[in-house]
Amino acid sequence: MPPDDARAQVPASEKALADIMRGASGPLAVVGGGTRLLPGEGGGTRLSTAGLTGITLYEPAALTIVVRAGTPLAEVEAALAAEQQRLAFEPPAAPGSTIGGVAAANASGPRRVKDGAARDSLIGVTFVDGRGDIVRNGGRVMKNVTGYDLVKLMAGSRGTLGVLTEVAFKTQPVPPACATLSLSDLDPARAVAAMTAALTGPWDVTGAGVLPSGRTVLRVEGLAGSVAIRAETLAQRLAPFGTVEVQAGNADFTALRQMPGGLASLGTGAVWRIVCRPSQAAALVGALPGAVALDWGGALIWAQAPSDWMPPDLPAGAFAVRVHGAPARTVPAPGPAVQRLNDQMRAQFDPRGLFSGRP
Amino acid sequence: MQMPLPDSAVIARRGAVVARLRRAVGAGTVIDDPVEARAYECDALSVYRCPPLAVALPTTTAEVAAVLRVCHDERVPVVPRGAGTSLAGGSMPTADAVVLGLARLNAVLEVDYGDRLIRVQAGRTNLSVSGAVDDAGFFYAPDPSSQLACAIGGNIGMNSGGAHCLKYGVTTNNLLGATVVLIDGTVVELGGPMGEAPGLDLLGVICGSEGQLGVVTEATLRILPKPAGARPVLIGFDSSETAGACVAAIIRAGVLPVAIEFMDRPCIVATENFAHPGYPDCEALLIVEVEGTPPEIDEQLALIRDIALRFAPVEFRESKSEDESRRIWLGRKSAFGAMGQRGDYMCLDGTIPVSALPQVLRRIAEMSDAAGLPVANVFHAGDGNMHPLIIFDANRPGDLERVEALGADILRLCVEVGGCLTGEHGVGVEKRDLMGAQFSDTDMQAQMRVKDVFDPLWLLNAAKVFPLATSASRREGRRNAA
Repeated sequence: MPPDDARAQVPASEKALADIMRGASGPLAVVGGGTRLLPGEGGGTRLSTAGLTGITLYEPAALTIVVRAGTPLAEVEAALAAEQQRLAFEPPAAPGSTIGGVAAANASGPRRVKDGAARDSLIGVTFVDGRGDIVRNGGRVMKNVTGYDLVKLMAGSRGTLGVLTEVAFKTQPVPPACATLSLSDLDPARAVAAMTAALTGPWDVTGAGVLPSGRTVLRVEGLAGSVAIRAETLAQRLAPFGTVEVQAGNADFTALRQMPGGLASLGTGAVWRIVCRPSQAAALVGALPGAVALDWGGALIWAQAPSDWMPPDLPAGAFAVRVHGAPARTVPAPGPAVQRLNDQMRAQFDPRGLFSGRP
Repeated sequence: MQMPLPDSAVIARRGAVVARLRRAVGAGTVIDDPVEARAYECDALSVYRCPPLAVALPTTTAEVAAVLRVCHDERVPVVPRGAGTSLAGGSMPTADAVVLGLARLNAVLEVDYGDRLIRVQAGRTNLSVSGAVDDAGFFYAPDPSSQLACAIGGNIGMNSGGAHCLKYGVTTNNLLGATVVLIDGTVVELGGPMGEAPGLDLLGVICGSEGQLGVVTEATLRILPKPAGARPVLIGFDSSETAGACVAAIIRAGVLPVAIEFMDRPCIVATENFAHPGYPDCEALLIVEVEGTPPEIDEQLALIRDIALRFAPVEFRESKSEDESRRIWLGRKSAFGAMGQRGDYMCLDGTIPVSALPQVLRRIAEMSDAAGLPVANVFHAGDGNMHPLIIFDANRPGDLERVEALGADILRLCVEVGGCLTGEHGVGVEKRDLMGAQFSDTDMQAQMRVKDVFDPLWLLNAAKVFPLATSASRREGRRNAA
């Protein structure tokens, strides 16, 4: 069910938001740019962060940016780019995406394989929980173990515990050079083997994936001389897998970053997001019915499938989420004890059950 | 430092509790002899001590679950303990608590180089995790200075850092999954082989929860291929503030070294007398380490040299050999030992924004003068994690109180400039009563609600982290319900 826009609430301050929460009675769909809602997610009155915008603090020399949650991601990325910095985790972006949505969805792109997910760069949050309490946690420094890490709890909580109002991220200098190595027409097992070879050597690979076209791509970044050396030695290492092309730049990873959009646009039906061990990826890919892209060295599989297709039994630790084309669905379901912890956590932060949250 | 009065009803049932534990896990797993139990009366914050009710040293997850089931059933508090190296009193017992030690859980369960992970039992020491994968050319990145002794379970409890986290992150960034036993004995698997799992990031909130949410018995950790090589440079300055400004400039320039370590004059002098590393005679020095193949290292160091020269260093010493590298690190690595020779010291652990380094160093010097207590600084400058050492004489009446007051003032300063009370040691009992300087009551209520979910009776390590008055109603609620 899409959010109900007719009675949308757009608070202009944390305090106004807290007042809304204290007075709310019906289901609320917390929405930033609305670009990461899963099919079926977010029924109820739209509670928008569009009134909470602006960069509160940006200290390039401390590698820190603090931003109100409704600020467009594009605005944050432009401010960072002006100082030759970026978000290390390379969040997928769509027009309208907000920085709060990035945090709430723990949205992480190809560089997650080296520099971690959004939750690893997120160092502070302020949020208004379902009780109407304004809660601060973490801060603006990258090493902080003071009290519990609610920053991690909020990252990826998809608006089920509270409304993020401000987020602090660690930033990363943009290195001066970047090279992409690619190989064509590797079968899934060979593609994963090539990526694993690259990721288990001293090349500091910052991206490793397979595009829907079947091209296997690997990225190295850094100072110019170092990138040249690593691109050359990595190409030698990968030579047994086929012809290695080396190009300057990042274009292939821009495409990989835009998953699942890049797959969804190839046809009708559903798209699944499967997370597994790289060593499990080739067998899984063999059992998929449609076009496929791989990221994170094979630990992330994007799979196109008919709307009614369900994944085969997954190996231990792996899971799959239908993210497009049919109501969102996660398999396998969490065990009863983990489900109980999730439910009780939600009950603590949202005792009246206001956040419509996950479908 | 105050602790709540122990639960006399629990102490009165000591014999029955011990007997039940022995029936559950066997006699060899439970220590109740007061002499033997004394070994567990404190951790590395040894000024505070209290012998526990009993000690359990299980060897499997099932035994940990059995111990917790008994304690939960009997309403006996539990203090989890890795290797007991906490600098914050994180594993200090109370007289009514069973210490649950992880020391016998030390096996490597799985190594997978292709998937870049290792699964270990949580009592295994930090350094021996790297040791298990060293021959294959891998390592486990978080490297707290106690890494020879400290346990992975304790690292997870405190979200430990180390010298190299500027590049590799802290424990939470390298922890992929864990087996956790909840207070009622339920065993849950959190996270996954990529550190991702559906639902809330419960593993993320367990990491750094100081043993208050559950007991980690197994951990899946990210291992990384070792870099081709590493080389440090030593840069000496005529003032601490200039050194601080140089740190900010290096970071701003986009070279991200693997470590930037800082020492000021008191620390340089002490280490020079202690370990003779041959440091220059200067007010402050930085050790900056970069990684890669030799030409890659040369390229990075050339950039760092350009930046450093703008700050008119009194010396820029580039290592040309393994031996020179070792000597550059020698002083830094022996700094705490050297300070220990000079007298007693209290080690603080506040973090500040790197941009505030010059200002904070100046303020600490002023506060040190005003208090008449010398303060030496040695710390991870790249990430702003300071370790001011306040030097005193523990035998002089009144000194400890004055030191604690100065320490509290310095930590409040860290918070004031945008930082925090503790960057890697944890709150424990040591900084518990300062939490109000950083968090509002509402902020702490939200954190305590997480504990309510995992440990509704507040049996796990309860008198830590939160000021006693703030947690009182929850802790006492348990007793009244019992």
